[in-house]
Amino acid sequence: MLIVALAATLAAGISVGSERLSLFDLTESQRAILFDIRLPRVLLGACVGASLAIAGAALQALLRNPLAEPYLLGVSNGAALGTMLAFVFFEGSSFARPILAFAGAGVATFAVYQMARSRTGMNVERLVLSGVIVTTFLSSIIVLLTSVLEAAKLRGFTFWLLGDLSQATYEGFYLTFAAATVGTIVLSSQARALNLMMIGERDALDFGVEVGRVRLIIFGLASLLVGTAVAASGSVGYVGLIVPHLVRLAIGSDNRMVVPLSAFAGAIFVVLADTVARTAISPRELPVGAITALVGAPVFIYLLRRN
Amino acid sequence: MLSAYEISISYGNRDVVRGVSFDLRERRIIALIGPNGAGKTTLIKALNGTVPVSNGSIDLDGRRLDSYSRREIAQRIAVVAQENETKFPVTVLEYVLAGRFASGSAFGWESESDISIANEAISKCDLVKFGGRLMNELSGGERQRVVLARALATNARILLLDEPTANLDLEHQAMMFRLVRERCQTCRAAAMVITHDLNLAAEFADEVILLKNGQMFSYGGPEDVLTERNLNEVYNVQVLLDENPASGKVRVTTIF
Repeated sequence: MLIVALAATLAAGISVGSERLSLFDLTESQRAILFDIRLPRVLLGACVGASLAIAGAALQALLRNPLAEPYLLGVSNGAALGTMLAFVFFEGSSFARPILAFAGAGVATFAVYQMARSRTGMNVERLVLSGVIVTTFLSSIIVLLTSVLEAAKLRGFTFWLLGDLSQATYEGFYLTFAAATVGTIVLSSQARALNLMMIGERDALDFGVEVGRVRLIIFGLASLLVGTAVAASGSVGYVGLIVPHLVRLAIGSDNRMVVPLSAFAGAIFVVLADTVARTAISPRELPVGAITALVGAPVFIYLLRRN
Repeated sequence: MLSAYEISISYGNRDVVRGVSFDLRERRIIALIGPNGAGKTTLIKALNGTVPVSNGSIDLDGRRLDSYSRREIAQRIAVVAQENETKFPVTVLEYVLAGRFASGSAFGWESESDISIANEAISKCDLVKFGGRLMNELSGGERQRVVLARALATNARILLLDEPTANLDLEHQAMMFRLVRERCQTCRAAAMVITHDLNLAAEFADEVILLKNGQMFSYGGPEDVLTERNLNEVYNVQVLLDENPASGKVRVTTIF
């Protein structure tokens, strides 16, 4: 059912826009819009959505906290800083961007995890607070960097920081598609262990999970997923929070279901949000991250209060 | 099955457990008693390898414990610890099925036999009507029984129980010990139980270890360990000892 929904969303995503396309019977210039602009954008949006959603689902299970989210934990900002450094030092080369984004996400993840951890374990407040600290710290470095960058390099950068799919290329799509596919498969393979981690780290150790190894795999994969997604589209926030939450509401907490379904639901969510971003004030565009945050922030407050 | 030789455990440079030795044999139940902070929980954690020992060694089925993987240990040793709340909606059946993790393939789904083993454990622990309910909808005592059901579902031959009766009513306290005893008899299993209820220890345990400040103060049969002198010295209270008229075991009454 989700596959059909995803196909329908993708079809809607490429046909709807400032120029309506019928999908059949196209003129030459409409073909160009479809294949050179819309299609890579919609495909990239789907992969970014899937990546962020499964990264969120996995981090939540690992940290035993439904509020864990790549954007809120500062992981996205780590990746954004990495991407920015790639712009500054490597002219935004399509190799350096995802690699540095991955590294940035990894460092941010590690920093938040170390800060949130105390001798007695990890609690919600500590985790959220550590995320805020890392996020603001990284934001300030990003602001510092933007202020010393040349104006030409800066163009579109603020837009990108908020999450923006308008620069989509097939190259970016291939990379995020590969990451999302590998991520979904590997995270699903760890899902049974994650089910135990979700109950408690001690429980997981007692019942035979190699906790250290699983943690390393999840942190590594989450950094990879967020890194490639951010390198291609900036920090699209709250996808990793809302999507797994809705999936859990619908089908329960078994990560063997939550992870793959979140991939599809995340893809649908971001493509829809981007379609809204493109059309709401057409012909001008909004950054997709603004739309996801508009939906996500209230959901976050709701979850925090319910906790 | 599980033996400890002169084990010490330290957190930082503080010794929490010092020079403890014992031998847990088939069909036996050892009660681990002692005041708060005596090192009971730490000792239990070390026995399934989740806390490292700083000195001495632990043998499991004739091999050093640290030569096993987590999975191999979990196939042999099941733990009933204090349940910690989960913020995710996990059903009772899902929780109990987690006990089958080490027996099946780590990646896949539970088999039919996993599910029937889990359901059997659920019914043994008087939880049938809760099977589809969520863990965070249950009372403390009900959750405690789910934690026992999960341990039984592992089919491990060694059970380590950390205050398993803390939240249980009288009926289910008896049920808990009956199930542990039955597991020891029918599956050639063995159990080590932390409890603060000295009378439960006297009633159900074959041997008792009395810990004080991380050291073994006394180790032996219930009537050898539960003496006025020992209890007075370790717990610093006056006790009255007599015989339980129903079972003939030693009975402890605190004098306030």
